Amino acid sequence: MSAHTYSYQFQPHKVRAEFFRLLPISLFVVAFGAAFGLAATQSGLSPFQSILMSFTVFAGASQFGALDLWGTEVSVIPMLVVVFAINARHLLMGASLYPMLKDVSPARRYGLLLFLTDANWAVSAQDYQNGRRNLEVILGGGVVLWLAWVLGTAFGAYFSGLLQNPKAFGLDMVLGCFLLSMVLGGKATPRVMVVWLVAGVTSLAAWKWLPANMHVVVGALAGGAVGLFWLEPRVAGNSEQEGAGHDH
Amino acid sequence: MTIETTPVGVLVLIVLMTLVTLITRFGGVFAMSFVKISPRVESFINAMASSVLIAIIVPMAVAGDAGALAALVATAITMLAIRKPLPAISVGLVAAALVRYFG
Repeated sequence: MSAHTYSYQFQPHKVRAEFFRLLPISLFVVAFGAAFGLAATQSGLSPFQSILMSFTVFAGASQFGALDLWGTEVSVIPMLVVVFAINARHLLMGASLYPMLKDVSPARRYGLLLFLTDANWAVSAQDYQNGRRNLEVILGGGVVLWLAWVLGTAFGAYFSGLLQNPKAFGLDMVLGCFLLSMVLGGKATPRVMVVWLVAGVTSLAAWKWLPANMHVVVGALAGGAVGLFWLEPRVAGNSEQEGAGHDH
Repeated sequence: MTIETTPVGVLVLIVLMTLVTLITRFGGVFAMSFVKISPRVESFINAMASSVLIAIIVPMAVAGDAGALAALVATAITMLAIRKPLPAISVGLVAAALVRYFG
């Protein structure tokens, strides 16, 4: 191992381009945030508290999960378990970016991770599968998603009548449809199909039979295990440093 | 242990939620910094990456109502036909809205 020089060339102008790339999807996130702001105030949080939570936690599904346990008092451990379980996918998402993140300085690495969320991660991971290294979307896309989430929460908290029923407009499906379009934008080789099949079946089984909120991690690890034994053919341009591997 | 949702209590709860979420954002990368990235490890994490997406979507399709299923099917068809995410997502949302309105 040579001394670290952090080979990743972080390009500021690309950050701006990625900001605008995720701007359209962020408009939907505003609506989703409004739904959270509304739900939060209905659960007894003040508008300020709702906005603060979106500002610092920035993880929608887990915030909704916490609201389910909200009352005049909150049991701390169950709430933290729910938040951890729902957000545990971040552990895997972050790990999957490590081949790129190891090539930036630790300060920048963990700074970028502050903005890690589903949509910008999905773009970055998909680009990586297609041989492009794109950490800029984590920052540029993350900032626009985060602004949208906080702004939407404020809308919902202050103008609660605005979006009483986001489901009627299909807005609860924004993230699902977005992630699906990312999946289908990739190349489906036989190896990838087997990975999907294993991930799909195990996540469903976990959702049905294991405690709540574990299905994403279980399905992702099971799909990953396929990759552990069935190595992918080397993609040119993915990495220069790893030299002679044991290709199959 | 319970915390009352007084202004200070809520603040404490939000700080705790933030810390737990931060651990999940940092933890995976921190753990990976002790692992040597071999082709096998890289193959594992790439397979895991696409599996995260599948593991979110499949239970969503099965657990959801007819509108949720319609949204995902419409998105998939549009995406495979024209390969552009935004139109595909829009068609999906319209499909969910229509199914829920008429369903």
